[in-house]
Amino acid sequence: MSHTPISHTPTEMMSIAAARLLTNDDVCFVGIGAPSAACNLARLTHAPKITLIYESGTLSTRPSVLPLSIGDGELCDTALTTVGVPEMFRYWLQGGRITIGFLGGAQIDRFANLNTTVVGDYAAPKVRLPGGGGAPEIASNCGEIFITMAMGSRAFVETLPFITSFGHGKGNGDRARLGLKTMGPTKVITDLCVMEPDAETAELTVTALHPGVTRDQVQAGCGWTLRFAGELVETPAPTAQEIEILRDLHARTKRAHGVAA
Amino acid sequence: MAEFVSLAEGIEAVVRDGCSVAMEGFTHLIPHAAGHEVIRQGRKRLTLIRMTPDLIYDQMIGMGCAEKLVFSWGGNPGVGSLHRLRDAVENGWPHKLELEEHSHAAMANAYEAGAANLPFAVFRGYKGVDLPKVNPRIKSVTCPYTGEVLATVPAIRPDAAVIHALKADREGNVLLEGIVGVQKEVVLAARRSLVTVEEIVEDFGPRNANAVILPSWVVTAIAKVPGGAYPSYAQGYYKRANDFYIAWDKISRERDTFMAWMKANVLEQGPEVFAHHAGLARQAA
Repeated sequence: MSHTPISHTPTEMMSIAAARLLTNDDVCFVGIGAPSAACNLARLTHAPKITLIYESGTLSTRPSVLPLSIGDGELCDTALTTVGVPEMFRYWLQGGRITIGFLGGAQIDRFANLNTTVVGDYAAPKVRLPGGGGAPEIASNCGEIFITMAMGSRAFVETLPFITSFGHGKGNGDRARLGLKTMGPTKVITDLCVMEPDAETAELTVTALHPGVTRDQVQAGCGWTLRFAGELVETPAPTAQEIEILRDLHARTKRAHGVAA
Repeated sequence: MAEFVSLAEGIEAVVRDGCSVAMEGFTHLIPHAAGHEVIRQGRKRLTLIRMTPDLIYDQMIGMGCAEKLVFSWGGNPGVGSLHRLRDAVENGWPHKLELEEHSHAAMANAYEAGAANLPFAVFRGYKGVDLPKVNPRIKSVTCPYTGEVLATVPAIRPDAAVIHALKADREGNVLLEGIVGVQKEVVLAARRSLVTVEEIVEDFGPRNANAVILPSWVVTAIAKVPGGAYPSYAQGYYKRANDFYIAWDKISRERDTFMAWMKANVLEQGPEVFAHHAGLARQAA
């Protein structure tokens, strides 16, 4: 194998860094978009036995292309079984059967709370976003939460206008005070870096920079003053195999849907 | 017992001005043809209930059928915003739209409570989030055994349920397979129901014992509308038209392109256009 670094886009690095966090033992509640790309890349590379669940009711699904929607026929055709939506939320999610929930959002704050509901006032919003869907209960009922979001100062904001999904509230201990026994967000994987909640304060702290990314670039994409870990590491660059499999997946998806998912 | 009717007769009988109507289908089997008939019949002041108000509710809201929307996720899946829904919420066009917003878990539980003839649903949810601040119907109850505080939402009991299914038999029993969403629950929770189907068969024949069957005596009316879920899909019949979901973003972005599309494709058409869509989709499958 060549040692020449493989050129890659920040979005590809985000998918690959997120995929690497997953293992064969994980049972993942998968969202559409970046989470779906990461979970399926993990399944097609180092974690072939990973269990993927979509909220449409498909259990252990193995799509050959990324679904455009949460309930594409491909997800049902390749699933071990498909259950109704009430059962999905009651038995499987609330029942505590899911180890990892993968979420994204329009906005995130320094404690990994997410907003996908409105920008501006709820009653008279500047932008009406789609809303919570499954996310409020995914965030509280999955064992832990991984978040994938591209950085930008409109997305990584000082104060959320609306909390759609609860992360760490205003800091350490807030989850426990609400009676939540799950870990909440443990990793935020962006196109530039990886952040993790600080052990003492639960504030998101940059723990890894993707190859070639500087602290200044990460700060420029964030609306609050970021904390950096003392032991900041560099994310290993994508391997040729990771890039090839991810690009094949996107190419198949584009052929299937006429759009890159 | 379910009565066999035309789509127009079915909508006339089941969906009335000012009533609450839930048209369900979780990505799969979305009753688009029935939604178009509601628009053609000019229904007004409806409370529209649906977990994922996607294209069909965007069209009904844009055409002024709705007074209120009860929902949990309002977007064009995998594509972006619903522009007619946003225009109604952000600008009050064609008129103001009242929102009652939930999460998916809440709505799924609320349909189940409706089907089970319970007054409310109880579940572990809404912890730490802002929705209960803007939706006064989200409340809580303390567990009498453990003291745990749990979220509650009122059961959904729509006046009318409208779904699309794969088949009905001659007796009026209805068969669904694949992603079955909340369709069983919404029919059982509703006072009246209309089911559009791909085909009517003598007998379902060999089937999976766990297939979802709605017995004839829980369904009000059935109308045969081949392709009636297009651009959504019907498992085994035709695929989801992802290209139309993408195209809808452009069609719906401006009021005039939206109105022109609705006039040409809904107001001046009938349910027979769906058979054409299904045929094309089947050829492509």
